[in-house]
Amino acid sequence: MADGGIGAPNKRREDIRFLTGKGNYTDDMNKRGQAYVAFARSQVAHGTLKGVDTSAAQEMPGVVRVFTGADFAEVGGIPCGWQITDKHGEVMQEPAHPVLAQGKVRHVGDAFAAVVAETAEQARDAAEAIEADIDELPAVVDMKAALADGAPKVHDDLTSNLCYDWGFVEENKGAVEEAFKNAAHVTTLDLVNNRLVANPMEPRVAIGDYDSSSGDSTLFTTSQNPHVIRLLMGAFVLGIPEHKLRVVAPDVGGGFGSKIFHYAEEAFCTFAAKAIDRPVKWTSSRSEAFITDAHGRDHVTTIQLALDKDNNFTALRTDTHANMGAYLSTFAPSVPTWLHGTLMAGNYKTPLIYVNVKAVFTNTVPVDAYRGAGRPEATYQLERVISKAALELGVDPIALRRQNFITEFPYATPVAVEYDTGDYVATMDKLEEIADLAGFEKRAAASKAKGKLRGLGVNCYIEACGIAPSNLVGQLGARAGLYESATVRVNATGGLVVMTGSHSHGQGHETAFPQVIAEMIGIDPSMVEIVHGDTANTPMGMGTYGSRSLAVGGSAMFKATEKIIAKAKKIAAHLMEAAEGDVELANGEFSVAGTDKSVAWGDVTLAAYVPHNYPLEDIEPGLEETAFYDPANFTYPSGAYACEVEVDPDTGKVTIEAFAAADDFGNIVNPMIVDGQVHGGIGQGIGQALLEGAVYDEDGQLLNGSFMDYAMPRADDLPFYTVDHSCQTPCTHNPLGVKGCGEAGAIGSPPAVVNAVVDALRRGGSDITHIDMPLTPSRVWAAMQK
Amino acid sequence: MAQVKMTVNGKAVSAPAEGRMLLSTYLREALGMTGTHVGCDTGQCGVCAVHVDGKLVKSCNMFAAEAEGAEVTTVEGMANEDGSLGAIQQAFQDHHGLQCGFCTPGMVMAASALLKVNSKPTEAEVRAHLSGNLCRCTGYHNIVKAIMAASGQDVAVAAE
Amino acid sequence: MYEFDIKSPSKLGKAVRMLRKHEDAQVLGGGQTLIPTLKQRLAAPSVLVSLAKIDKLKGISSDSGTVTVGAGTCHADVAADDTISALSALAGGIGDPAVRNRGTIGGSLANNDPSACYPAAALGLGATIVTSARDIAADDYFQGLFETALDETEIITSVTFPIPDAAAYVKFDQPASRFALVGVFVSRKGSDVRVAVTGASEDGVFRWAGAEEALSANFAPEALDGLTPSGDMIGDIHGSPEYRAHLVGVMAKRAVAAC
Repeated sequence: MADGGIGAPNKRREDIRFLTGKGNYTDDMNKRGQAYVAFARSQVAHGTLKGVDTSAAQEMPGVVRVFTGADFAEVGGIPCGWQITDKHGEVMQEPAHPVLAQGKVRHVGDAFAAVVAETAEQARDAAEAIEADIDELPAVVDMKAALADGAPKVHDDLTSNLCYDWGFVEENKGAVEEAFKNAAHVTTLDLVNNRLVANPMEPRVAIGDYDSSSGDSTLFTTSQNPHVIRLLMGAFVLGIPEHKLRVVAPDVGGGFGSKIFHYAEEAFCTFAAKAIDRPVKWTSSRSEAFITDAHGRDHVTTIQLALDKDNNFTALRTDTHANMGAYLSTFAPSVPTWLHGTLMAGNYKTPLIYVNVKAVFTNTVPVDAYRGAGRPEATYQLERVISKAALELGVDPIALRRQNFITEFPYATPVAVEYDTGDYVATMDKLEEIADLAGFEKRAAASKAKGKLRGLGVNCYIEACGIAPSNLVGQLGARAGLYESATVRVNATGGLVVMTGSHSHGQGHETAFPQVIAEMIGIDPSMVEIVHGDTANTPMGMGTYGSRSLAVGGSAMFKATEKIIAKAKKIAAHLMEAAEGDVELANGEFSVAGTDKSVAWGDVTLAAYVPHNYPLEDIEPGLEETAFYDPANFTYPSGAYACEVEVDPDTGKVTIEAFAAADDFGNIVNPMIVDGQVHGGIGQGIGQALLEGAVYDEDGQLLNGSFMDYAMPRADDLPFYTVDHSCQTPCTHNPLGVKGCGEAGAIGSPPAVVNAVVDALRRGGSDITHIDMPLTPSRVWAAMQK
Repeated sequence: MAQVKMTVNGKAVSAPAEGRMLLSTYLREALGMTGTHVGCDTGQCGVCAVHVDGKLVKSCNMFAAEAEGAEVTTVEGMANEDGSLGAIQQAFQDHHGLQCGFCTPGMVMAASALLKVNSKPTEAEVRAHLSGNLCRCTGYHNIVKAIMAASGQDVAVAAE
Repeated sequence: MYEFDIKSPSKLGKAVRMLRKHEDAQVLGGGQTLIPTLKQRLAAPSVLVSLAKIDKLKGISSDSGTVTVGAGTCHADVAADDTISALSALAGGIGDPAVRNRGTIGGSLANNDPSACYPAAALGLGATIVTSARDIAADDYFQGLFETALDETEIITSVTFPIPDAAAYVKFDQPASRFALVGVFVSRKGSDVRVAVTGASEDGVFRWAGAEEALSANFAPEALDGLTPSGDMIGDIHGSPEYRAHLVGVMAKRAVAAC
């Protein structure tokens, strides 16, 4: 390992600016001559928009211009990036999604007008003076009610509120039915995967800027993928070709999926900036974020597991309703389908699986990917139904899992994916060790002595990261490629700049990516700088989500660096008057095997740019290479998690007493960052399990639209976690052997918490088998009264 | 508009402020000191935390006019005089106590307020003290660890 | 926020005159509830009269039988004074450290949020709320959700708490806001037992007469076995009325045990 290369827990260089208040987040930017926008948003969930009276607002102090849906009549709608084909071979129903509502408002928060004014407060003052004539219509909130005959339609031009009815794998359906008929035991579980609000600490911000001298538009935005925004907004909404549109996502304060999507406010600011020829800025308040940022999860599922007389899993079937909200957010249709159905095998060799998903429109905020996106939903169902089966059969839940583990790789699942590597026995063994499962009964007794019920929950998870390859996902309905790119520029004096299409919003690319190059060349990581987040100076890339940055973006960088090294070896061979094939690179020095000839990295890079003694007839001067990497397969991180809780039987309050995670992420580049990613994921998973859940009333009003009522995990809700990633089965198909670690914690932890609470209550004498998340004190207490 | 004067990180400042201007807006917009962030509108998240006359407060839950004449300290004032990271900042870097960095200014100010009155806080005291500071990235593990380390405690065992 | 002016008088009399002069003026204490309310545009005062510069509203004093807390005293300062340990513990559990450095006892009592902690202490200790115009017994002061005996131009100046023989406050947090989902303040002074409940009732803070009676006969947690408060309990996403009623009993027992 080079000093500070692959495997080193390098401290993060980006921390310096964040710790000293010198970060550059979008809201920290102000453009000369900037005006501010405030949106007038619907306060009802569903209504006919008969008219918008802007006359009073127009006269308010500081108002520059008022916009309504009519201003966007000639502008495209917000596009959806994934088209699902249903079980009958029909494409999904895809409604229009105008930038500002036209004709109808469809959720609380749907914007129908916008005021651009000299100050933010003046814009808000005037937005409040806009009067909308809205005929309120009955709202559809509950998914099953939305599909009932005669239900009010969210979109009048669609045949119903059903977006699609997806069956997977449709050809297996008959065989699955047959297997259930022949099962020795069937476990059935109804569960809800609660609706979450991502709530990155930085609310969304957009600044549109227009240069009338060049006709160039620029959007500064809080995005996880600026190139995707440029493509979607430029090509589908505003009709601006890429070379006239620049999208910049500077420091971004967390995303967790919610900043993947193209939002109407981005298109509005870009459009309005040109319309008034001034920069236009929008800063979301937290209250606005709750009713405009795409929500996550919101699945209602019945899952059934069939077992034979020896407790081998023989078949699995699920029936899920997935909430799409009022419009299709960018990747919404893919989440309950390809990111969910393909993971239903989990870590187990269940031979037959059938997944049915009905995606439903409701008068709620759109729902899309949130940390894990489909994979937490799959894992939660599967791991909960296995634990319930263990209860029903009276067998040890860990033993039941071990018995059914996949142990041979590669393994082709019955849900269309092939796991390249994994070792589920090893991670479970590691978990038993680090969580001291052998000592649990002693701890349970100690809890009991102080009047508390202690419970243990254990489960496994598998996820699929780095979704790819592009030609496959294209067949599955993706309207984008899923490669990643990197340009590696070597400067004359030997330093490198990597321009990546990935985007860091907390993941630490600026620290971890240089470690890879440092390892490859044998130089100090400080010689490598990472540039990301600006379409003007990075190659077309797909951004950061789905734990893909290192596996896909890092591999692109690896490939580009390989090209650099290959060319540098040619130059070095020339300088050393040796055969190219004899040149070796180690510790930042080129040498010729079996001789004392050597030339330093910096001398070669200098020669590339001062090509006096240089093979100009064979190669061009300069040292800069680009690679686009399109993975051959997903990567499949996996692991085993254990949670210990205490339940206060008097109040139902659950406290997390211990949480352990044994993960297999393949090779590790920066273990400190990996630990941090797992901690954060677990924190969000515990949040989902115990605290969080967006609640709508029957009229479509969000009842917990602020931190006063939406319970975010705080420091004293969470424990120290025990994490381990020493089990490593490297990915076989990317050059780094890495798998991705960003979502694992959020995927693996919710079932562990729920399993633990169910265990605790049963140890207290209850015969309960399930409680829906979030396991708030009131819910747990109510369950205990049954 | 009234002119509001105060001392920020040891420097006298003055800027016009409407009555409704929050201290956070005054710092960010009037002074251009964007180290202090804003993350909510109900006073829960704490990313806007600063010290006013030595006390931890949420700058988005206080009017600029209320800080007239006060000594205000923000994250920009937490480094050593030579510009190197202060002890708390250094502990956050050493222990990976931040990811996206957005909550970090508030966390640093909260940690500093705690260590002023409690030089060796327990894990439980640290966690309780952070009840007004939300972080969505770290699961708090490394923040708690960093604050305990900044107080000179050995956190290797407690947090591993 | 709508536009308004902030005025910061240094004398109480001037503050009262300002309230009389500007019909839609509002008092600004620590602002920890008022400012978020203004941000939501749920209030539209033309003038905010800040009490921060009135020095005589700040500070804590005590004599042999009472503790008097200036209305402008922040929660952190009350938490640091342990003359009545139940009161300091209550103040130390409000909100979070930053909120406790700004929020004031006067502001909390004037607002009378049904989930706030201080109303339970005032009622549970039988405090006297002293205003710019008069003294009001806590039993007469709280008049339902966000309703008090204060008139529009009356300012709380201090709160006088009798020092009890024993007292404790136990709160069960609403998980998001950390306000009281249920909080119970129990005190005993001679034969007088008071039990005040916050967070639970549709009518705001209240004295739980049944519990007081039972505890007067036997000041022990088990005296409350089987008792639940009557009246309409709040039901919301954080807990049903039944759950809140149950928690009142649990918290009351814990408070008695902690006395």
